[in-house]
Amino acid sequence: MLLTIRSLTKSFPGTKALDGVNFDLVAGEVHALLGENGAGKSTLIKCLTGAYRRDAGEIRLDGRAISPGSTSEAQDLGIGTVYQEVNLLANLTVAQNLTFGREPRRFGLVDGRAQKRAAEEMLQGYGLNIDVGRDLGSYSVAIQQIIAIARAVEVSGKVLILDEPTASLDAAEVAMLFDVVRRLRDRGLGIVFVSHFLDQVFALCDRLTVLRNGQHVVTERTDGLDRLALIHHMLGRELEAVETQGHAEGAGVQKPEMLRFDGMGRAGVIEPFDLKVRRGEVIGFAGLLGSGRTESAELLFGLRRARTGSARDTDGPLTIDTPQAAIAAGFGFAPEDRKTEGIVADLSIRENIILALQARRGWARRLPRAEQDRLAAQYIESLDIRTSDAEKPIGELSGGNQQKVVLARWLAMNPRFLILDEPTRGIDVGAHAEILKLIGRLTEDGMSVLIISSELDELVVAADRIIVVRDRRHVRELTGADLTADTILAAIAADDSPDESSGKNPVAIAAADAPKTAKEVR
Amino acid sequence: MNPRTFPLLATIAIFLVAYAICSAQYPTIFSTRVAGNLLTDNAYLGIVAVGMTLVILSGGIDLSVGSVIAFSGVFIAVMLRDSGLHPVVVFALLLMITTLFGAAMGGLIDILAMPPFIVTLAGMFLARGVAYMLTIDSVPIDHAVYDFLQGAYYLMPGKGRLTFIGVLMLLTVLAGMIVAHRTRFGASVFALGGGIATARLMGVKVRRTTVLIYAFSGFMSGLAGIVFSIYTGSGYPLAAVGTELTAIAAVVIGGTLLSGGAGYMFGTLVGVLTMGLIQTYIIFDGTLSSWWTKIVIGVLLLSFILLQKALVHLSTRRQGAV
Repeated sequence: MLLTIRSLTKSFPGTKALDGVNFDLVAGEVHALLGENGAGKSTLIKCLTGAYRRDAGEIRLDGRAISPGSTSEAQDLGIGTVYQEVNLLANLTVAQNLTFGREPRRFGLVDGRAQKRAAEEMLQGYGLNIDVGRDLGSYSVAIQQIIAIARAVEVSGKVLILDEPTASLDAAEVAMLFDVVRRLRDRGLGIVFVSHFLDQVFALCDRLTVLRNGQHVVTERTDGLDRLALIHHMLGRELEAVETQGHAEGAGVQKPEMLRFDGMGRAGVIEPFDLKVRRGEVIGFAGLLGSGRTESAELLFGLRRARTGSARDTDGPLTIDTPQAAIAAGFGFAPEDRKTEGIVADLSIRENIILALQARRGWARRLPRAEQDRLAAQYIESLDIRTSDAEKPIGELSGGNQQKVVLARWLAMNPRFLILDEPTRGIDVGAHAEILKLIGRLTEDGMSVLIISSELDELVVAADRIIVVRDRRHVRELTGADLTADTILAAIAADDSPDESSGKNPVAIAAADAPKTAKEVR
Repeated sequence: MNPRTFPLLATIAIFLVAYAICSAQYPTIFSTRVAGNLLTDNAYLGIVAVGMTLVILSGGIDLSVGSVIAFSGVFIAVMLRDSGLHPVVVFALLLMITTLFGAAMGGLIDILAMPPFIVTLAGMFLARGVAYMLTIDSVPIDHAVYDFLQGAYYLMPGKGRLTFIGVLMLLTVLAGMIVAHRTRFGASVFALGGGIATARLMGVKVRRTTVLIYAFSGFMSGLAGIVFSIYTGSGYPLAAVGTELTAIAAVVIGGTLLSGGAGYMFGTLVGVLTMGLIQTYIIFDGTLSSWWTKIVIGVLLLSFILLQKALVHLSTRRQGAV
């Protein structure tokens, strides 16, 4: 066994990022590390590369217990890492990057010619024929990635961690990278491959380990595993016990249409899709990370400009090309990454709540303080935000309460269409249920909500209608009796040929035929 | 062709073209006399710009250098007047002080994670203040060694004088080129300019490198102070006000990216000489106000910043396209 990790535990304030995780790596294998956002993949890697100190547990390399305190220490031990980006310096030459810190010297000065020779030798066996005297930045990301791997292998040489190395590569470049990885595997390196592209995992990896919510779920050989089981492992069924009815009766009731998006799309981001939004309806977007579910929502909100398609409401066409326009049209968007995109950690709860409202009024027309206090008090009470004081910096709240403040910000705008991207990510079970309940209450008042979530049971509980997104396409729409975690799983895991049951054009069917299908099913 | 060399080539081309134009109008500009004076008059600026180049390459800035030059002059003048120490001893003392001063600023920048702008701004006020504490008057320097250094020159063909301080400046640039481009330390400086997080990931000892960079700049400021005192023959606390900005301008005109990570030490020499050439032209013309120097430098700076922006844009676009 090359690398053994036993009951690794790492906590951050408010969350347990890793909880007794086990992981093994054999020399000469490619081992995939899988999990949705927040599953603990990156924490595990950071503990391994010395970026984090673990709280408990044991890491053994070649049978020796190790405890790397920094990236360079991990490198010296033999663990090298290649990240999706920020690996090497684009402003230095390829040769400088490859030999950095170990430049060949003559009379104390760097010997440029020997440096180039050494770099060329390092690149041998990687199938690259490039001028090492040029700036690294003048080569494509794929080549940079391979150069980064060459350097990591050279300085470390036992364990190679590839953290989402293919995220910005095209198919040919991925194939080139995989060749390199296979060659290194055959040379006897242990390779950890982190990716959310399941096809790549099946194509490249010998074994895989799935993490979920900081816990080890399963380790299996890839050749014996089918996709459905794997996705099942990744998405999990935490809420299995929760009753999965409640919305079934609502789906049959014909609610009036409020918004309509036709052919919204953008090349390379998401294929054109249609979406009808009815008043008081909860729509769910299901799909794996990177499937295009978040991108679809960003298109709807104008965060990314749609290249094709149009939006309209009952009064006529809408132009949604910027978030400002979306807000003016009565849309709201609570992004997934609350810490970087949602909250302003140093501002108080009150200031965070009024942020969007004030932005809409313009900074010249300041919201009166009494009104601010009233709004803050109202939402702290109605959303049950647990805080001693509305003036407390939001950064001091727990994840669930921060999420409620973000919700309050959009509720204060009184939107008619609210998009929530992973509203329950990283918050505890109690707050989770409260937020779902709250969504139910909002729709009773006539607001329409779009939820994006990796947790299928949460979607099943909350949504009237679920749209499955896969490989940057809206592939299926599920309503009524089809609204079960199993059918969603099946739709996500289905292979690339269009699903027969949903007709010739799986994209167009998404919105248009939905009510009919629902009725027929009943 | 490596796009990295474009700003350097542009700098050299501009200097050559400007020199050709000036010589066409005033043929005597094309002589070893003017060339010698160009080196002598800009010796202190060239030396201080070598230190500044290294700082800017690392992504930092050093605003203290002008004040350190003034402090150096005053320190030398007062020490020679009052202590009776030999100038060489005073020089060594001074260089120790300014190097440590730079190292301290570098240490603060790294330990406190403060922007170099603020730390060296404080250093600028501090050094100027200490210079005033030593004296508020201009103190003349009168010493046999100074007479010798001021008179030391090599007579080039055409009666141009290659002075001691001019040669010292050229040697400093040469040393700077070796440090920046041919040592591991230099590679670390470029790495810092490329991105601190990545540099750390690649094993750069960030604190040590930062301290050394500002110590280097401090040393060069001290050396420039010595050269300035030889050049003017006195020490004056109000001297060299704004020199830090002139040095930054020379570095940028020399083709170094103001945001760090790309540039050539040699370009800085060309930048200094370009600015000196403009000054010379205005003196030859005689009717132009000396403020034209500032205007031309302003235009040059602006065009170099635009050129760099265009290059950065070009290289990122190419990166996306391949």
